[in-house]
Amino acid sequence: MTGPMVKIRSVRKCFGSVEVLRGISLDVPTGGVVCVVGPSGSGKSTLLRCVNRLETIDSGRIWVDGDLIGYAERGDRLHHLRPAQLCAQRQGIGMVFQRFHLFPHRTALENVMEGLVVVKGVSKGVARGRGTELLERVGLADRAGHYPAQLSGGQQQRVAIARSLAMDPKLMLFDEPTSALDPELVQEVLAVMRDLAASGMTMMVVTHEMGFAREVGDDLVFIDGGVIVERGNPREVLAAPRHERLRAFLGQVL
Amino acid sequence: MTGTPGTPGTPGTPALAGAGADGERHLPIAAIRPPRPGRWIAAAVAAFGMVWLLYTVVVNENLHWDVIAAYLMDGRVLGGLWVTIQLTVLSMAIGLALGILAAVMQLSGSPVLRGASALYTWFFRGTPLLVQLIFWFNIGLVFPSFGLGVPFDGPKLVEWQANELITPFTAALLGLAINEGAYMAEIVRAGIRSVDPGQREAAEALGMSHRQVLRRVVLPQAMRVIIPPTGNQFISMLKTTSMVSVIAGAELLTVSQRIYLGNFEVIAMLIVASIWYIVLTTVASVGQHFVERRFERGHHALPARVRRNLRPFGKGSA
Ligand SMILES: Nc1ncnc2c1ncn2[C@@H]1O[C@H](COP(=O)(O)OP(=O)(O)OP(=O)(O)O)[C@@H](O)[C@H]1O
Ligand SMILES: [Mg+2]
Repeated sequence: MTGPMVKIRSVRKCFGSVEVLRGISLDVPTGGVVCVVGPSGSGKSTLLRCVNRLETIDSGRIWVDGDLIGYAERGDRLHHLRPAQLCAQRQGIGMVFQRFHLFPHRTALENVMEGLVVVKGVSKGVARGRGTELLERVGLADRAGHYPAQLSGGQQQRVAIARSLAMDPKLMLFDEPTSALDPELVQEVLAVMRDLAASGMTMMVVTHEMGFAREVGDDLVFIDGGVIVERGNPREVLAAPRHERLRAFLGQVL
Repeated sequence: MTGTPGTPGTPGTPALAGAGADGERHLPIAAIRPPRPGRWIAAAVAAFGMVWLLYTVVVNENLHWDVIAAYLMDGRVLGGLWVTIQLTVLSMAIGLALGILAAVMQLSGSPVLRGASALYTWFFRGTPLLVQLIFWFNIGLVFPSFGLGVPFDGPKLVEWQANELITPFTAALLGLAINEGAYMAEIVRAGIRSVDPGQREAAEALGMSHRQVLRRVVLPQAMRVIIPPTGNQFISMLKTTSMVSVIAGAELLTVSQRIYLGNFEVIAMLIVASIWYIVLTTVASVGQHFVERRFERGHHALPARVRRNLRPFGKGSA
C-alpha cells in the first residue's frame, strides 16, 4: 500500500497556555510537494518541527512513511519511543532551517559528511565521495574546503540542503529556506529545491515564495491562528483565494 | 567655499578643482597633535620610578644575588618545579573532566542530577581551598580506610588504609582537582550555553543522539568560549599550587622553604621560587595563545582588528 508519506491528524500543540496548533490534519502524498503559507506566528514552523519531533505534540497523531512519530502503539496504549528509536526516525527526515545552522567549525564538505560518519557510521573515505557528489549536485563542488563563515547565505543554505540529503531522507522539511537571504540569492536556493522536487523527493515547504509554490507545489496550505484556513491546488488557490484572510495575506506578501 | 576662485592665500582651492580629471587625488593626513604635557609628566614619573626601583633591587646587598644564582638550578628546586608542573597539569585535567561532567549534569533534564551538580559547586566554591587541602590531608581521621565492596558496611573486596593512600601529593591533587572542577563547571556551562540552540537542533535533525550532539557539535563550539578562561585558570593554578606548602606538598614553594629553613636565605629563596613561577606563567600564556588559535577554526571571518585584540600581548606583529 502506498499511502501518503506524511499523515497528520488533529494535531494540537500548546506553549504554556497559548494553543499554537489547534487541530491540524494534513496529508503529504509520496513524491508530492506541499507548500505551507501563513502570517508570522501562525504556527507554520511549529507544525514542521512537530513532524520530526523537535517539538512534542499535545494531542493528535503524525505518521511518516507509516511510522507513528514519537510513539509506539502497543495494544491500545501509546509508549514513548526510546531515544535511539527517535534518532532512527529523524534520520529519514531531512530538515532545512531558515538560518541554515551549518556547523561553523567544519568545512562545507565536513558538514555534509558529518551525518554520514557520525550517525550512519560510514567510513570517512566513502563519506567524502558521497559528500563531494552532493556538493556538486547543489553546485558547490569548488567550495568544499570553505568554512560556513566564508560562504554567502545562498551557498550556506545549499550546503545545508546537501547535508540533509546525505542522510538519504524520504522526506524533506524546509522552514522558510530563503527568508534570511538577500533577494539576489533566493533563486539559487529555489533552483536546487526545484531540482529536488523534480527528482521525486517528498517535500513540506514553509515559504513566502508564491512563485515557487505556484510552479512546484502540488498543494498549498494556508494556516492562520493554528488552523488550516484554506487548501488546494496552488495555481487555483492563488488565482482565486476564497477566504478573506488569505486574500489579505496575499495582498501583503505579493 | 567653491565660489572664491581668485582669492589669494588659498592655494588649495584651485588645486582641488583641477584634481577631478582622472579620479582620486592622494591627500595624506600628516596632522600635528596638540601637546599633552600631563601624559609626558606621568610617563617621566613612571620611568623614573621603575629605574629607581630596579636600581635599589640590583644594588641591594640584602638580596644576595649570588645565592639566588646558585640555587636557581639546584636539584631540589628543580624537583619542586617538576612537582608544581605535575600538580598543575593533573589537577587541571581532572578538574576539566569534573567540570564538564558537572556542567552536563547541570544542563540535564533530571532534577536529581542538577541538584547533585549544584551541591558540588556550591560546597567546593563556598569553602576555602586551604581548608579543603588540610581536610584531604587528614581524611584518615574521618575515613581510616577505603574499600570496594557492598555499600553500607557490607563485605569489602579490596581495602586500602588512608594513611598509605593519602600522601601529600595525592591529598594536594584531590584538593586542587576537586576544587578546580567546581570552577570549571561554571566555565563549561557558560560555554555550552553560548552555543546557538539551532546547532543542537540541526544535529538532532540529522538523527544524532544526545551524546553525539554534545561531543561532535556542542562541545567543540563551546571550547572557543571555554578555552580563554581555562587558560587563565591554568595560569592561576600554577601559583595556587603553592598553597600545598601547608601540607608539605614538595612543590616549588615547599622546597624553597625547606632550603631557607637550613640556610636562612629567606628572601633569596623566595625570589628563586618567584623567578620559576614567572617563567612557568609566561610559558603558559604563550601556549594559551596557540591553543586559542587552534579553536578559532571556522571563525576566520572575524575582522583582523578584533582577532588582534584577542591575542595575549596586545598588538602582535604576526
Ligand atoms: N519554544 C517556544 N516557546 C513558546 N512559544 C513559542 C515557542 N516557539 C514558538 N512559540 C510561539 O508559537 C507561535 C507560533 O510560532 P511559529 O514559529 O510556529 O510561527 P511561524 O508561523 O513559523 O511564524 P514565522 O513566520 O514568524 O516564522 C508564536 O506565537 C510563537 O511566539
Ligand atoms: Mg517560522
